[in-house]
Amino acid sequence: MSDHHVINSRARRVDTPAKATGRAVYVDDISRPNMLYGALLQSPIAHAKIISIDTSAAEKLPGVKCVVTSKEAGLVKYGVSPARYDETVFCHDKVRYVGDEIAAVAAIDRETAEKAVELIKVEFEPLPVLLTIEDAMAEDAPLLHEKYPRNITGEVHQEFGDVAAAFKECDLIKTTTVKNKRQDGGFIEPQGCIAEVDLAGNLTLTSSTQSPHYIQRTVAMVLGLDIGKVRVVKAYVGAGFGPKAGTNPMELACCLMALKTKRPVKMNYSREQVFLFCRARHAFTHKITIGVKKDGTLMALEHECHLDGGAYASFGPATVYYAGSLLAGPYKLPNMKYDGYRIYTNKPACGAQRGHGAVIARAAFEQQLDMIAEELGIDPLELRQKNMMETGDTTCNDLNMSSFGMAECLNAVTEGSDWKSKKGQLPPGKGIGLACGFFVSGAGFPIYRSDTYHGTVMIKLTEDGGTVLVYTASAEIGQGSDTTFAMIAAEGLGVPLEYVRLASGDTDMGVDLGAYSSRQTLMTGHATKEAAEDVKRQVLEVLSDELDVPVDTIDIVNGRIVFDRPVDFSGLRTRYIKEHRGWTDNPESDYFTFKEASRIAYLKKGTIVGTGKYKPHFLGGTYKGAAVGTSPAYGCSAQVAEVDVDLETGQITITQIVDAHDCGKAINRTSVEGQMQGSISMGIGEAMHEEVKFDAKGNVINNDFAEYKMVTALDMPPVDAIVVETDEPNGPYGAKEVGEGAIMPTIPAILNAVYDATGVRFYELPLTPERVFEELQKKKG
Amino acid sequence: MKKLIKLTVNDREVEAAVEPNLTLTDFLRYELNLTGTKKGCETGDCGACTVILDGIPVNSCLVLAVQANGRKVETIEGLATEEGLHPVQDAFVEHGAIQCGFCSPGMIMSAKHLLDKNPKPDEGEIRAAIAGNLCRCTGYQKIIDAIKSV
Repeated sequence: MSDHHVINSRARRVDTPAKATGRAVYVDDISRPNMLYGALLQSPIAHAKIISIDTSAAEKLPGVKCVVTSKEAGLVKYGVSPARYDETVFCHDKVRYVGDEIAAVAAIDRETAEKAVELIKVEFEPLPVLLTIEDAMAEDAPLLHEKYPRNITGEVHQEFGDVAAAFKECDLIKTTTVKNKRQDGGFIEPQGCIAEVDLAGNLTLTSSTQSPHYIQRTVAMVLGLDIGKVRVVKAYVGAGFGPKAGTNPMELACCLMALKTKRPVKMNYSREQVFLFCRARHAFTHKITIGVKKDGTLMALEHECHLDGGAYASFGPATVYYAGSLLAGPYKLPNMKYDGYRIYTNKPACGAQRGHGAVIARAAFEQQLDMIAEELGIDPLELRQKNMMETGDTTCNDLNMSSFGMAECLNAVTEGSDWKSKKGQLPPGKGIGLACGFFVSGAGFPIYRSDTYHGTVMIKLTEDGGTVLVYTASAEIGQGSDTTFAMIAAEGLGVPLEYVRLASGDTDMGVDLGAYSSRQTLMTGHATKEAAEDVKRQVLEVLSDELDVPVDTIDIVNGRIVFDRPVDFSGLRTRYIKEHRGWTDNPESDYFTFKEASRIAYLKKGTIVGTGKYKPHFLGGTYKGAAVGTSPAYGCSAQVAEVDVDLETGQITITQIVDAHDCGKAINRTSVEGQMQGSISMGIGEAMHEEVKFDAKGNVINNDFAEYKMVTALDMPPVDAIVVETDEPNGPYGAKEVGEGAIMPTIPAILNAVYDATGVRFYELPLTPERVFEELQKKKG
Repeated sequence: MKKLIKLTVNDREVEAAVEPNLTLTDFLRYELNLTGTKKGCETGDCGACTVILDGIPVNSCLVLAVQANGRKVETIEGLATEEGLHPVQDAFVEHGAIQCGFCSPGMIMSAKHLLDKNPKPDEGEIRAAIAGNLCRCTGYQKIIDAIKSV
């Protein structure tokens, strides 16, 4: 049984009754009096110079209130990482992909705005369209952005240890190249926003964002506004998975038009526009060479990766680092060399998506481990166990595993799947595969270099009644963070969860970097715990003073004041009751209640407010790029997939997945399982079906959910999600990530299972029946 | 030219003048302010806008408001009563079947329809009944667990 009263349970989430009843308000559910509707003009061609833009016909259309282009928006560059700012609100000299924003219109209704957009005339001079890495890196290729020779947005060259020397000591060196395809975020709520300006000139942007903080800074910077007058509020958000973490041009255009018209402006992406904005998973090509000794000891990794990035940097410069740095674990690997290149192409920009940068690298690595195991005649489970890192180990690139329940995860999935009796024993067409992975619990630095706290939390006790109000700027986007922080606040203060009311996702509430890189449970969790303990201390100090007992002899447990000795609190109770003459719910309990204590504390000190904050300590790594990969803690996981392959048609059915994830201390066990199951479904989608496809002109040809195939309830196998707990010293109550790490083993576990079933290795995703059929035919010869 | 329609929405008679190209989704959301019905794709692929029309679950983005004339529409707002959540809603909350919540209203309508017709569905029947409702967050497992528990 848990030592805790609130956390480490299966609490009902605080936000889901509203979601279950349709009462939860998402951006598009909001309407304001006098509201205008905005629409964007996006480029119909992938690469061209802009010769002229004529908005006169659009401006004359009745009902149009505002037309803006780069003339009105200015040319302040923005993006994700300040060193790579390469976007402006609107294109002015050229367009770089089909969908690049050229102008926006605000009108009295959506139809008028869309009609006005069609009336804007743009004259283009076409440029060569670069759709592949090879074309974009060619010597004579035109540059998408003048600053970046050979269209390289980001380049990484790292070596830890001495790979060449280590390879000389190896008995087996193996090289494979693995490719995936561009994956879309696939969140069900398209991005939307509403901007409004009050009479004092304060701008409020309500948006479906994963990071109100970053959007606030970008809006202020790009539009030249005093940041004190910019407030960004997150409505309920219909998930994000990464693509909603950066500012989108619609948010900026919407703010600009609200400022110009002095009326609220609402905008939405259509589903097609979600595909055009993209900022989702890159297409990676990983060339991986692993060297081992004949007993299976891992010696060295040489790794080269190319990322097809699309037309802007977005999170890409971080992605190219993650694609390399997160191969340094979860196995002991003393030598690692990495060369990464992120390339501009004339396609929508890619960015961060669940498992940022590391998912395909992990797939390539884990598949190759199985190939090495086979060549050495070692069971793939044993090979992994032999090389597995343990708690306290540090990778060659300085990632410290301050807790690491990898061995427990491996045991859990192999027992849970009956691995030992199945591996090597299944009939042709049936297969079982294993893989592992790990991921960060937040990054060491904000995306802009700063000494800022990564999260601040304020907790206030209501002046009467002892209700605990928690204010955090963190972003609940579906993962359950509001409930997590309400639970941590209740635990830290010693009250039941029902006493807590939480508000989040508003830049007026403090600083929080938002929902990305699996950071919030650890980081915002720390700040919440600190704020709760601050409030508790203040209440206990007042009681100590009033009752003349030492403060360290008093505690708050389950909403009751607990003393370690008999204490007469009748005087305080009388004072409380006198404050509430005529009330029918005055306390009669034989214990002093938190409600009474919080009132007494208020009478003595005024409003009781506690604050908490968090930023990571120095996390190690002094080399260039050390900030991408170092984290206060790492979650880790193992998965076993079982598949059934039709050897005639190539149709693969995944029949079961057993997953174990070490999340440190589980704050809400149900939510932890939900993150594991959701991660697996996204991994299965990428392994089996998902691919954003382009025609020769750079148009997305499957920009809807009919042709872009995501996992349905019929595709999803049963998932056994096993929560493994360790005590993470750097996490609040020992908690660390689960939101992204759980996707790491999914693709390679499937690849290894398909090989077990068919004897065929696949080096390109997704595993469509066509691709599998062709390879099976080749094998038959 | 607007058309007059008269329909029943969550057991209430509604009369309205609507444009002939107005979808049932937009009518519910923007004319009746029943914003629980969600818009995820507007092409009938995601199921977030699922409502029950004369006893059959439909993608309301593929139905025109004028086509609902004289018919009976049930939306997510019609499920909970003064006594509290509908058993399907309660099961979704209890089992952690809701994450971002954007697919949930449509998903719950499909689940309710299934359970109304078939109180004890097996897992295959559950999966088939919600196959038209995309969920990107949960991997469906807890949704299936929730429906089984009702």
